[in-house]
Amino acid sequence: MTETPMPLWEVFIRARTGLAHRHVGSVHAADAEMALQAARDTYTRRGEGLSIWVVPSAAITASDPADKDMLFEPTASKPYRHPTFYTVPDEVGHM
Amino acid sequence: MYTQALNQPETGPNAAEDAARLARFEARIDAEERIEPNDWMPEAYRRTLIRQISQHAHSEIVGMLPEGNWITRAPSLRRKAALLAKVQDEGGHGLYLYAAAETLGVTREELVAQLLSGRAKYSSIFNYPTLTWADIGAIGWLVDGAAIMNQIPLCRTSYGPYARAMIRICKEESFHQRQGYEIMLTLCRGTPEQKAMAQDALDRWWWPALMMFGPPDSESAHTAQSMRWKIKRFTNDELRQQFVDATVPQGHYLGLTFPDPELRFDPATGHWRFGAIDWEEFRRVLAGDGPCNRERLETRRRAHDEGAWVREAALAHAAKRRARAAAQKIAAE
Ligand SMILES: [Fe+2]
Ligand SMILES: [Fe+2]
Repeated sequence: MTETPMPLWEVFIRARTGLAHRHVGSVHAADAEMALQAARDTYTRRGEGLSIWVVPSAAITASDPADKDMLFEPTASKPYRHPTFYTVPDEVGHM
Repeated sequence: MYTQALNQPETGPNAAEDAARLARFEARIDAEERIEPNDWMPEAYRRTLIRQISQHAHSEIVGMLPEGNWITRAPSLRRKAALLAKVQDEGGHGLYLYAAAETLGVTREELVAQLLSGRAKYSSIFNYPTLTWADIGAIGWLVDGAAIMNQIPLCRTSYGPYARAMIRICKEESFHQRQGYEIMLTLCRGTPEQKAMAQDALDRWWWPALMMFGPPDSESAHTAQSMRWKIKRFTNDELRQQFVDATVPQGHYLGLTFPDPELRFDPATGHWRFGAIDWEEFRRVLAGDGPCNRERLETRRRAHDEGAWVREAALAHAAKRRARAAAQKIAAE
């Protein structure tokens, strides 16, 4: 097939005001405007959202799964970042 | 469904490293972890998934055709609106699934080309014709019912993007089956002619619906490895039995009979036992020799060819607007 590939877009939807946009999937479209329309038809047929973002997939930089330990493992050794690490006597009440 | 930037083929085979990676991969599968697009995976896992997900996507797309046949002739506005919404959902299911397959490093254009050239398979059921309105009832009830049976366990399949697509699809399928059963119920409570139409539809769709679960476990080429990798959670025969057990009482409630003289309830096991499936017919239809195979593929090819100018025009328009915006930016500087 000699057909020009249709660009790929990642779709993010805000389900309700007060919530963040969340990745729901992707669509192919020639430009951003058509990507929005395709995302609306594909991912919001039942009131799933109030706002859509589309982002060219090529614009996303992802961390490499091979770096997972290097990037995320160090936090496991830092329990002092969590409130439960600190002792507050019961008599002080909720803090 | 996810950025593909890191999905590059492995460079330079290294057997020892691969064995270690395979062991790590299988340990993750055993621990019920989900595999994500950029994670290392064995080539056979990738190939199996591409084949299964794209066949599933093609089935959703071709599956729009038998029902699309009745949209203009639906007996009421209510039925027409429901059928339109259902067929549109099936198109959406195809798109979710193509997107999931694409995360494995195959392009949409390749997948579509595989379907149109006849190289790819899709569910054998969609090569049967929809002769009367009752067929729309039977399809929703039986074909979507069988699809749901297949798809619910796939919500826990080991490949993340496939599982997420299936969760979306399953949420939408329930309406498909219920609207089909409602059509059957309305016909069965109607005139004797209407009830006869419903019976005729059940007679024609029952066996093809049972074939939807695929060949028996004893002959299924991919089952064992797919179960080990948790791509599949139940075997073809297990799912088929679940479907029969769920569906037979629903048919009896309609006052219909099943076209299987051997169908009987086995009180010892609690299962409905059914007669032998004509696997010769299944193989024939799958190999391209069903009642509608040629028509289905021709319709898809025509739709693709006749849409070519739209895709070209959209890309040309986008390129022109990009060029114009770039020129304006330069002029402004
Ligand atoms: Fe579907
Ligand atoms: Fe469906």
